[in-house]
Formats: sequence, C-alpha cells, structure tokens
Amino acid sequence: MKHRYVFVLAFLLTAVGMSLFTYKWRVLGFPLVDNQETPVWTVESAIRFDSGPGSIKVNLLIPTLTPGFRVLNENPVSRDYGFSLNYGSSGREAQWAVRRADGPQTIYYRISVYEDPSADQSDTTPPFPPPPVINEPFKTAAEVLVADVREQSADTASFTTELLHRMNDRSPDPNVELLLSEVSNHTEFVEAVTTMLAAARIPARMVHGFSLGGRQRSAEPLIWLEVHDGDQWRYFNPDTGAENLPERFFVWWRGNEPLISVEGGSNVEVDFSVQQNHVDAAAIAKTHASQDDMRILDFAMYSLPIQTQAVYSVLLMIPIGALIMVIMRNFVGIDAFGTFMPVLIALAFRETKLLWGVILFTLLVALGLSIRFLLDKLRLLLVPRLSSVLIVVVLLMLMISLMSHKLGLDTGLSVALFPMVIVAMTIERMSIVWEERGAVDALRAAFGSLIVAVLAYIGMGISWLEHLIITFPELLLVVLAIVILTGRYTGYRLLELTRFKALASQ
Amino acid sequence: MFSIAKKLRAKGLLGLNERNSEYIMRLNPRHFYPRVDDKVLTKKLALEAGMAVPDLYGVIRSQREVRQFADIVAEQDSFVVKPAQGSGGDGIIVVTGRSKRKRDSFRLANGLLVSQDEIEHHISNTVGGQYSLSGNPDAALIEYCVKFDPVFEDVSYQGVPDVRIIVYRGYPTMAMVRLPTRASDGKANLHQGAVGAGVNMASGATLSGVHHNSIVEDHPDTGALIAGLIIPQWDFILQSAARCYEVTGLGYLGVDMVIDRNCGPLILEMNARPGLNIQIANSTGILHRLNRVDELFDAAATPDERAAFAKREFAPGTDRATN
Repeated sequence: MKHRYVFVLAFLLTAVGMSLFTYKWRVLGFPLVDNQETPVWTVESAIRFDSGPGSIKVNLLIPTLTPGFRVLNENPVSRDYGFSLNYGSSGREAQWAVRRADGPQTIYYRISVYEDPSADQSDTTPPFPPPPVINEPFKTAAEVLVADVREQSADTASFTTELLHRMNDRSPDPNVELLLSEVSNHTEFVEAVTTMLAAARIPARMVHGFSLGGRQRSAEPLIWLEVHDGDQWRYFNPDTGAENLPERFFVWWRGNEPLISVEGGSNVEVDFSVQQNHVDAAAIAKTHASQDDMRILDFAMYSLPIQTQAVYSVLLMIPIGALIMVIMRNFVGIDAFGTFMPVLIALAFRETKLLWGVILFTLLVALGLSIRFLLDKLRLLLVPRLSSVLIVVVLLMLMISLMSHKLGLDTGLSVALFPMVIVAMTIERMSIVWEERGAVDALRAAFGSLIVAVLAYIGMGISWLEHLIITFPELLLVVLAIVILTGRYTGYRLLELTRFKALASQ
Repeated sequence: MFSIAKKLRAKGLLGLNERNSEYIMRLNPRHFYPRVDDKVLTKKLALEAGMAVPDLYGVIRSQREVRQFADIVAEQDSFVVKPAQGSGGDGIIVVTGRSKRKRDSFRLANGLLVSQDEIEHHISNTVGGQYSLSGNPDAALIEYCVKFDPVFEDVSYQGVPDVRIIVYRGYPTMAMVRLPTRASDGKANLHQGAVGAGVNMASGATLSGVHHNSIVEDHPDTGALIAGLIIPQWDFILQSAARCYEVTGLGYLGVDMVIDRNCGPLILEMNARPGLNIQIANSTGILHRLNRVDELFDAAATPDERAAFAKREFAPGTDRATN
C-alpha cells in the first residue's frame, strides 16, 4: 500500500520538475549547456544605510567611460525611491530620493558589461591642470621633488614612474617624507600623487574599478592612476610605478570625490559583488520572458541579489552530493562515518581542490587521531575530551596553514575551509572504532568516507551538471524523486554480494 | 554479478536494505526500542515476565556514583561491566577474577590485569555516553559474570559464547551460537571476529561455522570441530526466545542467551536490529522462513506453541521445501 504512495509521490515530483524544466528549455529558450561565448559580468553595488527621520537623497557615482567594456544593461533596484541620472564633474551619478523611509534601507545598482577591446578611450584631451595651491613648508618640498624627478625623466610616462618610485620608496627622501606626513590611507596617497603631478602640470586622476574575474563577493574597488600624456590616458600602478592595468579592469568612477553620499541616512555601507554569467541565450530568454510578462521568471535564480546567487550556486549542488551518498550507502554499501560528513568534506574540497583536499584532510585526521590517542591516556570525560580534540584540530589547522605558507605552498592555507567540528567528530568516532573494532575497521570506514567524499566532489563539480541545476533548479525535484525511490529499494547492496558469496556458491 | 544476486535471492537471503525497510521499520515501532536498547529496562521487563537473567549487582548512573563501584563489587570476584545502551558489544568489560596479591586489581577475561582506577575511568566514559547508541549520557550495569556451560569449552577462546535467536512475530526462526575468538577479544560479536555457528532448529545441534563472512569447520584458535555440539535445554531456550516477543512487542528481534553452568539459559540482551551474518552461519537465507511464519501466523498461539512450530518447520533441509 505504502509502496504505491511512494511511486505516486515520486511520479508527481518528476512530472512537476520535468514539465517546468521542459517549459523553460523549450518555450523560454534557456540554454541546456553552458555556452562558451562572450562572458558577461554583472557588477552589483548594494547600498545599505539606516534611514533618518526626514527625506533621503542618495548619490552614487556610477560607471561613465569604461575602456575595454561595453554596457549590456544597467538598472537601479529600489522600491519607493525616485530615480534620476545626472552628470557631475566626476561622470554619471545615480540619484535616488524619497520623502520618508523607515528602518534599514537597501538600494541596488546593477550593471552588466561584456568585454570589447574596441570600446576604447573616447575621452577628450584634458586641459593642463592649474598649479595646485600648496602651503609652506609643503610647497618648497613639492617644488624640489618635481624638479628632481623632472631631472631624471624624459617624458610624462617616465616622470610618473619615477615619481611613484620615489613616493613608494621604503626610505623616502626628506621631501617625500614631509609630503606624505599627512597621508593616512591609500586613497590619500594616490591623491597626493595626483597633486604632485598637477604641480608638474600633468593631467592625472584617480580611477576606481574592479578586476573582473569569476565570482566575487564583497569586492573591494582598486585604485589606479590615470595620467594623460597629451595624446592619450595611460594607466599606472600607484604602488609600483609600473605602467599597466589589472586584468579586465572595469572602471567604476574617476577622481577623488567620494563614491557615495547619503543625505538623511546614517551607517552607510557600499558592498560590491561581481558575478560572471554566460548571458547569451539566457539573456535572450530573459528578455523574451519579460516581454511576455511571465511570472515564472520572478522565481528564477537570476532575480536574486548576486551575493545570494553565489551562495545558492553552491547550495544547489549539495543535493547531488546527497544523491551520490545515497547511492554509495544503499546500493554499494560503503561504510562511512556519519551520514553527511562526506558531503561536507566534499564541499570543502571545492575550495581546496581535490588533491590538496585529500592530502590536507588525511593529514589533519591522522595528526588529530594521534593526539587523540595521547589524550586518551589522560582519561578525560567525554565532553571535555571532545572539546580538547576540537581545540587541537583548530590549532593543527593553524599550524598546517603557517607551515605551508612558510614553504610557499599557498594551497595549504585553504585547510581553514574544512568544517572543523566535522573533522573533530570524525577523529573522535574513528578513534573509538579504532579501539573497539581495531585499526582495520576504522581505516576502512575512513577510507570509505574519503571515497564517497571524492565521488561527491566529482559529482558536484561536473560543470554541465552545475549549469543545468543552476539554470533549472526544478530538476532538484527529480533528484528528490530519485532519492525517495531509493528509499524503497530493498534489493541487495553491491558489497553484500561479496559478503554473502559463500552462500551463493553452495 | 546479477547471477550472484539471483542465486542469493533463490536462497532467500535477506539484505540490509530489505531488513531495514520491510522488517525493522514495519514491525519494530520506534517507541519500543528503549525496551531493548536500555539493558536496565530489558532486565526489568524480563524479570517481570518471570524470565531468567544474569543477576544485577548494581547500576551506575552518574559520574558521582562511579566511586560506588568498589562497594558494588566488594563481594564479587567476577562480574561484567556493560553500558546500558551499548551496541554491538562495545564497551563491555569482563572481569573473571582478582589479583591474588592486590584486591583492587582485576583480571580480565583475556588475562590482563587492570587497576580499579582504569575500570572506574571506563565506567565514567560509559556514563558519559561514549558507547551509547545516541551519544547521550548512559548508565553502566555491573552484573553477574556467566560461568558458561562446558559444552562450548573447546570451541571458545576466553569470553562467553552465546546463542542468538531471531524471533519473527513471536516465532523463533533462525539461531546461531556465537563463539569468541582471540581476535574478538573474548566478545561474542561476529563483526569483531567471533565465530558464528548455525543451529539446527529442530535439535539444537550446531552446524558449521562462519568466521569473517567465510565458512569454517573448526574454531580458528582451539582447532576443535564446531559442528555437532548439542545445545543443552534447547526447548527451554526456544520458548524463552518466543516469550521475548510479548516482553518487547518487537516483531523482528534478536535474542541473545547464555547458558550458565549453574543457572541454565539466561537472557543476556535483545537487539532490535539483529545482524545478517546469521544467514551465513546457517548457510541459508532467512526469507523463506519469514514467509513461512507469515503464511501460518496465528496471533493466538502461545510462546510454547510457537517454539514447537519452529522446531517442526525450520529443521535444516526444510528451507527449500517451503518455497
């Protein structure tokens, strides 16, 4: 009787999952495979602040000229706020305003861009900057510095490089030291550099932007230096003086005006995140859907804030790991510690990569286990002992990170990504099994856990599967149906066949 | 691979998945589990039902009570310490005597001497839940150490051999004798390396044994032949096992009994998730017998009638005939 319910439920889940999937694929045209076409980056700035009693006005500097990139689309996301675009001295400004608002507020501005080398500088040649007004004793110091640098340089570029060299010198000459005496952070440093360049009548400005690559949460804007040599703008690394640009540098705003100003609000925070999509077919599908005003897209992943999307793109793969776990346990019959420990370990492997993951995990458990055996001699009570193991695991992680850093192996740093409580519990379980059933059983279960973890890692890392699940989360209903069905599997496990082989051969 | 599965299916072999979903989940209501998982409760229920169990010397329920250990065993030279909620024989200490020179130093079944301190540490670990199924705080039982009947002397290496009987809906269906080996450290659990020997349900005579999933004819440590030993008081054992169904309410139950030299068969413990190796020990699957019970199930049958049914129906060689 209950069998039938299981099948009906599994069938319903599959039907719903597959029909949603087919609809999105066939009608809306979402891509089945990840296309290798132009990657599109979406940069999102989330502005958070607490509203004050009166009206609120928010000004955010947004990208104006973006050499190397073209804008696909941009949109401000904010409820109840009036929105307008203005041109200020530093380029475009997005302005939100509202008469009154209550509690914490969040405003998003999102821009999607794709790389286009032909989208070059269409900027006008700036006038020579007026000599800056500098007070004594800085004035003399600046003049001496500019004269010195000019002495040792041939053109604008070499002047800039030489100036940056001097200003970045670890043991600066007294003039530089004086000029930098009131500089307290990196922005002010670059500002000081532009002032020096202005003193030499060289047009220069700060650029703030992001080096786009993959998925970044809480991206920090980089500050670069732009110098005009009379022909074109050239880019300099303010820390090294080298003339270059970070890879895929996307300019957000220029100049030394603050990125954001909020009138009538406090505790302002701006948080940038970057997400790489392959928009091609999906973008078309989205436009298609929005033209037809289809509700279904309101529930698509793309409508979530990017930071949340990044979290979900990991979370959505966990059911795949769980499915692999189910298969290994109920169909194959592999012994493992804990129900989901291998899946969590596999998640950690995503960050450390497989080889290092296995090495670090084995190292951690082996070291922890030997210390656990030492602890055993102290005859501690259960909970204090578990806690000691946990503390030892944390210290071991730190030690491994420090040692690998000294050896120049940065992968070792990622050991910190292992779920330490899980590792501690594994060590404890393993040591008990070791004592009670012997080393063979303990090692077998540990090996089993590792095997399942590796398989889960591989399964969760299949890129077409990842794309499929993220684009069509409804497929997880099908996964659920499979898992429910396996819950009614009463056949033999693979390893039982060998276990009971003696019976079959009679 | 599929041919092996097919052969096993024909033999009526019960696999883990099927045991869990078709038998344990269907017949063993969760709220009855404490009756078998908590050995203190098991003992109480069995005594109330008038069944024989090893004498309980004392129960230690908290860290504070650990120091009562010496008082509890003051009169005893031999005893067993076991976790009330342990599983698979983990955490059991068998003390067979005391050192001649120092009374607070105990001799274990394997011949090692341990101090009172060490036993107390073990008890405090047990009370802390190290061996309990859930990891929750537990209690430690100190009870009579069974002096096992000489019938198994030649086929046991230290420790206490016991008889495991699967009771399905009140009917004993399959039995085996579990013989400790050196590898099992005196414990009678197959996964720890003990030898299991199938039992002829009709006569109580042992069949050949199983050691680590393979069939053996003689005991790996003593070399004595395993088959052909007659278990004393077999009828009484079957009847006791059958009565455990009424005591626990569990439809798929493993009953472990020991045969004491002086007290006869005693109920040692019960298990709501009995293992599957018993099928290897008996060289046959259990499914045909389970189906046979389903066919002829009689809710009104008394335990003695059910024991008689087992003797009649489940003699070796009847297995294939029933299907």
